[in-house]
Amino acid sequence: MRDARSFAREPRPLLLANARIIDPSRGADFTGDLYLAEGVIKDAAFGLAAAGIPEGAEVVDCAGSVVAPGLVDMRAFVGEPGFEHLETLASASHAAAAGGVTTLVCQPDTDPVVDDPAIVDFILRRARDTAVVRVHPMAAITRGLKGEEMTEVGLLKAAGAVAFTDAHKSIMNALILRRALTYARDFDALIVHHTEDATLSNGAMNEGEFASRLGLAGIPKAAETIILERDLRLVAGVRGRYHAAALTCAESLEVLERAKEAGLPVTASVSINHLSFNELDVSGYRTYFRLQPPLRAEEDRQALIRAVSSGLVDVMVSDHVPQDVEGKRLPFSEAEPGAIGLETLLPAALRLVHSDAVDIVSLLATLSTRPAQILGLDAGTLKPGAPADVIVFDPDLPFVLEPGQLKSRSRNTPFDEARLTGRVQRTIVAGEVVYEYV
Amino acid sequence: MSSAPAFTLSGRDLLGIEGLTASEILSLLDLAEEFVELNRQIEKKRSTLRGRTQINLFFEASTRTQSSFEIAGKRLGADVMNMSVGSSSVKKGETLVDTAITLNAMHPDILVVRHHASGAVALLARKVDCCVVNAGDGAHEHPTQALLDALTIRRNKGRIEGLTVAICGDVLHSRVARSNILLLSTLGARVRVVAPSTLLPAGIDQFGVEVYRSMEAGLEGADIVMMLRLQRERMSGSFVPSVREYFHYFGLDEAKLRIAAKDALVMHPGPMNRGVEIDSAVADSPRSLIREQVEMGVAVRMAVLDTLARKLPNA
Repeated sequence: MRDARSFAREPRPLLLANARIIDPSRGADFTGDLYLAEGVIKDAAFGLAAAGIPEGAEVVDCAGSVVAPGLVDMRAFVGEPGFEHLETLASASHAAAAGGVTTLVCQPDTDPVVDDPAIVDFILRRARDTAVVRVHPMAAITRGLKGEEMTEVGLLKAAGAVAFTDAHKSIMNALILRRALTYARDFDALIVHHTEDATLSNGAMNEGEFASRLGLAGIPKAAETIILERDLRLVAGVRGRYHAAALTCAESLEVLERAKEAGLPVTASVSINHLSFNELDVSGYRTYFRLQPPLRAEEDRQALIRAVSSGLVDVMVSDHVPQDVEGKRLPFSEAEPGAIGLETLLPAALRLVHSDAVDIVSLLATLSTRPAQILGLDAGTLKPGAPADVIVFDPDLPFVLEPGQLKSRSRNTPFDEARLTGRVQRTIVAGEVVYEYV
Repeated sequence: MSSAPAFTLSGRDLLGIEGLTASEILSLLDLAEEFVELNRQIEKKRSTLRGRTQINLFFEASTRTQSSFEIAGKRLGADVMNMSVGSSSVKKGETLVDTAITLNAMHPDILVVRHHASGAVALLARKVDCCVVNAGDGAHEHPTQALLDALTIRRNKGRIEGLTVAICGDVLHSRVARSNILLLSTLGARVRVVAPSTLLPAGIDQFGVEVYRSMEAGLEGADIVMMLRLQRERMSGSFVPSVREYFHYFGLDEAKLRIAAKDALVMHPGPMNRGVEIDSAVADSPRSLIREQVEMGVAVRMAVLDTLARKLPNA
C-alpha cells in the first residue's frame, strides 16, 4: 500500500510515560509506557521509563491519560477536489488530528468523482503535500456514481483506493451491484455500500408520528432493510467482501446478524450521529440534524449501541459531511443533509463509555483496530513495529464544544454547544506530533 | 376595541396551534366575534394598527388567505404590502434566512408568511424582530384556518366541546388537518380522520384522533363534516388510483352526508374541487358553511393581528 505521507526529517523519539495503554488489537489495557522512535512503535510495557530513558527521547508524562492507536475513520467526506469551499484535504486533516483520527478515508463523491486512477493519484499527492494525517481514498463502484458502469477496480486499487463505494448512493440495479461484487472479489476489493432505497427515501426524516407532527415527509426503515437484505442475498451468492456503510435501525441489525451467523464476508459501520441522537432532535427543524440516512427512533439508537457493545457492528464512523450556511440555512426539507464529525467522534463516542454502555477497549476497537483490519491497513494497533500512529487523550476532561474553534472549514456540527467529556491531548502520526491540546 | 383584552398570547408570534391553551384560543374566538359584527357595519375601520407595516410574504400562491390577511390588516389601519415570492427565488441563490434579514431591515411590524416547506415560518421568525403569523407552512400548520373553522363551528353549533368532527380526505399533506386536530382536541371535541390509508400520515393513531378508512363508518353520527382538498397531482395513480374512484369512496355527496348526524354541517377550507372531494349539490346546500368560513376568516385574522399588535414595542 502506498502511503500518502513522507517526512523530510526524522521526528524525535517519544516516550509516553505512566499512561493507561489500551491496545484493542491485543485486548490489552494496562498502565505503562510507550516508546516511539523512527516513526514506529518500539515497545509498550510497564516500567520502560524506569529502566532508563532512551537517549534523545522526549518524555511526556501521561498520567491520567489513555494512550491508544490513532483512530481510523472509514467514512469522511472531504470536498477536494471540487468542493474546496466546504473542506479541503488540509482542513479535514487538521480536524482529524484534533479529533484523534490518524487515518482518514475520504469518499469518492468529489468533482470529478474518484472513478479514475488519476484522481486517486491526485488525492494521494495532495494529501502528501497538505495533510497532517494519513489519507486513503475510497473509489467509486460505478463511473460518475451513476450506478450503471463498473469502474476499473483493479487499476484503482493498484493506485491506492482502499475500498469501493458509491458514497451516499445505493446502486439500485441489482445486476450492476452483483457484477461489481463478483469482479471485486477477484481483486479482494471491499465493496462499501450505502443502504437506502432511492425510491423510498424522498423524505426528510424518519417516518413516524414525530415526522407527521412536524409535517415532514418520512423515510421508512424499510428503505434501508430492503437494500441490505437484497445486498446480503447477492453476497451469499457471489461471496464478495461487503461492508454496510452506515446502518441506522434495529431491523437492519437483525438482517446483519443472520448474515454473519451464516458466515458471509460481511461487516458494517454505524455513524456516531446515530449513536448520539434520535429523531426527536429534529424538533425545532434544526437542519444540522438533517442527515442521510436520517436519525431514527430511540429504540433504534439503543439497539445500535448494543450492537457496538456486542461487536455485531464492526466500525464506528464520523460520517463527516461538511456543509456551508448556503446549504443549511434553509427550511428543513430543503436543507442539505449531513453533519461534520471528525473532531467530535471520540468525545461523543466516550459518552457510551461514561454511561457504561460500551467498555472502552471495545469502543476503541470499533474506532481503530476493526476498520484497519477491514481495510487492510497497517494501523489500529500498538504492536512493536507498527507505524507510530498514536493518540493520547484524557477520557474525563469535560468541555463545551464551541463551533468557532473547530478546525473544519464547515461549522455544521450537531454537537454545537454540547457538553462533552474526553479530549484528545496529543495526536501522533508516524511518530510526529501533529496535534497538541494546550 | 378601546379596552385591552383580558389576555395576550404567550408568544410574540402565532406559528401554530400547538402550544396554545384552551383559554388563549377561546379569547381569540371571543375577540373575533366582535370583529364579525364590525365587518358587517358600513364603517369597518379600526386604528389599532395605525402606523404599523404589515408585509404578507407568500412563497406559495394563495388568493384566499392572502386577501383575507390584507383586508384584515387594512381594516385595523395597517399599511399592508403584499410580496409574492415564487419558490424559484430560493433557487436564485438567496437562502430563506437572507430573505428574512433583508425584510427585517425594512422594519416591518408584522410579517404574515406562507411557505411550501414545513418549519420555514418558524425559521424565519427566529431571524426577525417583528411578530410573525404563520399563514401556512408545508404540511405542518395553518393556525388561522383552524381558528376560523372553530369560530364557524361555534357560531353554528353554540359550542365545540363534545361535538364529533370528521376531517375527511388528504390528511397526509394537510396543514389544515393538523391545526384543526390540535385545536378541536384542545377544546374538547371528538376528532375523527377519514381517509384511504395512502393519505393518512404515519403514526396518526397517536394524535388522539379516531381513525377511519371509510366514509360510511367515519361519518356515522358526525356533527361536522370537514372536507379537505385533494391536490390534482395526487389524484391519478400516485396516492389514489383515479378521481372517479376517489369520489366514489371518499367524495362527499348527499348519500354519504345522510350517514352523519341529522343536523350535520359541511365545511371545506377551499379552494374546492367540485366532483373530486365534494359534490356541488352538497357544497351549495344550506348545510354548507363554506361561505361563512371565508367571512370568519377575516374576523379571526383581525383578532390575531390585533392581539399580536398589542404586544409590539410602543403599543
